[in-house]
Amino acid sequence: MQFWQILIDGFAISALYALGATGFTLIFGVSGVLNLSHGALMVAAAVAAWAAASEFGTGSYLGALIGVLTSLVLAFATYFIAVRPIQNSKRIAEREKEIFILTSTLLWGIIIQEVVAYLFTNNAKTVLPIIEGVVVFLGVRTPSNEFFTAIVCWLVIAVLWLLVNRTKAGKAVLAASMNPRGVTLLGFELSHIYLAVWGVYGILAGIAGVLLGMFLGVSSYSVGPLTASAFSIVVLGGLGSVSGSLIAAYVVGYLETLTAYLVSPAYRSIPALLLLVLVMYLRPQGLFGRR
Amino acid sequence: MTISQQPFGILAGAVAVALGSAMLLPVPAQAADPIRIGVIAEAQSVAGSSIPQAAQLAAEEINAKGGVDGRKVEIITYDNHSSSADSVRAFQRAVNEDKVNAVISSYISEVVLALEPWASRLKTVLITPGAASDVITQNIAKDYDHNKYTFHGYLTSSALAGLVCDAAKDLLVDGLKMKSAVIMSEDAAWTTPLDAAYEKCLPKIGLKVLDHIRFSPDTTDFTPIFNKIEGQKPDVIITGISHVGTQPTVQWKSQQVPIPMLGISSQATNSTFWKDTNGAADGVLFNAVSGPGVAVTPKTLPFVDAFQKKFGNLPSYAGYTSYDEVYYIAEAVHRAGSLNSDKLVAALEKTDYVGTIGRVEFLPKGDPHVHGLRTGKGTITGLMLQWQDGKQVNLWPANVANGKLKFPSFVKTASH
Repeated sequence: MQFWQILIDGFAISALYALGATGFTLIFGVSGVLNLSHGALMVAAAVAAWAAASEFGTGSYLGALIGVLTSLVLAFATYFIAVRPIQNSKRIAEREKEIFILTSTLLWGIIIQEVVAYLFTNNAKTVLPIIEGVVVFLGVRTPSNEFFTAIVCWLVIAVLWLLVNRTKAGKAVLAASMNPRGVTLLGFELSHIYLAVWGVYGILAGIAGVLLGMFLGVSSYSVGPLTASAFSIVVLGGLGSVSGSLIAAYVVGYLETLTAYLVSPAYRSIPALLLLVLVMYLRPQGLFGRR
Repeated sequence: MTISQQPFGILAGAVAVALGSAMLLPVPAQAADPIRIGVIAEAQSVAGSSIPQAAQLAAEEINAKGGVDGRKVEIITYDNHSSSADSVRAFQRAVNEDKVNAVISSYISEVVLALEPWASRLKTVLITPGAASDVITQNIAKDYDHNKYTFHGYLTSSALAGLVCDAAKDLLVDGLKMKSAVIMSEDAAWTTPLDAAYEKCLPKIGLKVLDHIRFSPDTTDFTPIFNKIEGQKPDVIITGISHVGTQPTVQWKSQQVPIPMLGISSQATNSTFWKDTNGAADGVLFNAVSGPGVAVTPKTLPFVDAFQKKFGNLPSYAGYTSYDEVYYIAEAVHRAGSLNSDKLVAALEKTDYVGTIGRVEFLPKGDPHVHGLRTGKGTITGLMLQWQDGKQVNLWPANVANGKLKFPSFVKTASH
């Protein structure tokens, strides 16, 4: 009974972590940007979906769509306000740009967080789930929404995989992550590729945020922990490696769930962080990193 | 981290002083000094944002009636961003630069505990409208002469636990024949004494405590916690939650946990809680000092009306106490005839004021909870409300109840 419970709960939460980390690692892989406003985008998407559905009565489907659109708009805003001006700047030395972008996206995330708190307070919100009710599966009473979350996460990840590996545009993105200069020589405009990737990232972060809002709920306080969790999953899996992130998401998700059930919910996140430290010592490139 | 400051009514005060001196009224120069009250609170949270608003409302009402002995009441507000460090800086600024005579601050125990030594050092009256930790009053009892400047204007955790047990006895033990409970609380300063008091009073009213779960306040997934509790088959979950609220409530409903929740759930007192949880709050029982439409005293409903008219929303629990605090500080200044802190402390100790949540009296020197509020019949009893169909309905005490217990269909209340 408890075995199935841990298996099911861990699967759902891990799927959500995986989706959240995928966009984060994609952006890093393609454009070398570590976007520290990641958590803020997810929270903004969830709070927008909540506000649309609960405050303005749009219903859960339209609300979820509005949430994802909010994240898409914010992803482009992040790129044009916090990333591109630094990348194009001639007054910042090339080798310092990475740290400048880290700082600017961090600050941008704090701005979004404060705006959300100002407009909607820092109380936690939960997005109206698209599917309500519970199902009994293998003797475990589980909210239908938990299955829905896991299924949507994996569908989105599958679509992303097809997009990257089976379409011309996707292959260009893949190529850009390996050799940006080569891609431009082949006649692709690098800035168009970046724009497309930021768009895809916005949609991924938006879907992850809205699902998180339905599953667990979010508040403006969640911004930091969400960024940190995506960051540690991506580092654990190997920076820039999408499959590494997916596996790392499951390692972290199950480790947390096991701890919460078998040890205490109060120590939930500690073993995963210890594992991260251990990996940093023994294999600094991450479990599946190339570098 | 900046500290925002809005000097309300400084102009009015200045005009009053100018007129007073110009007309050479035969009053001592000091009598026209305004009563300056600093309000340090959490502007971004629902519970905290009502604190400066309610204080401002009280000040305006007092000033409209001519003030206190010719003194106007001025409110100076500071946003502490829910941070103890910001609060300490705001407190220093309030006392040293803005020359306030008293400070009303915060619903977070950690913040008030950080300010308490500063109230002693700077010899300035500090009253909290919403923090609950027993340590605040214990500190005063330990070193009265030094810490006497702090007053606990809201219920201490152990007092809250007592009120929850009183209500649980009538509603659950006598009403529904319940026999067992699991305590579920967040790990924070205010819940340590709360849980200790729960463990003592629940068996006394006939509820056996099967387990006691404390979880980290940043918990987001409550599935393991509810599953564990369900496995122990208690009749009721007794809650002690404030930093969290929305998430456990929503997951309680989405997992259809068949056990009712009763206790302290501070976020449930907010009028927005129904929307925040998308209606998952249905059936949740929570202690409060006030409720919509519940005339705890003749002052309660007029305050709620005035607040709603001025700010467009309902006050949080800390709004009621903050409003009362401005009134009884003003009364204490009148009794003391001075703004001197020591005289003000002596006058505040004699407070006997019927406010919006009941009759306010402070426990005397020698009591382990000195400067805490007196509770029980005739003073402050609290209420036990339940969310029902989008509304907060009061169930207890019977003389001010306006509804009956009602649970959503997934909750089983007969123990079998």
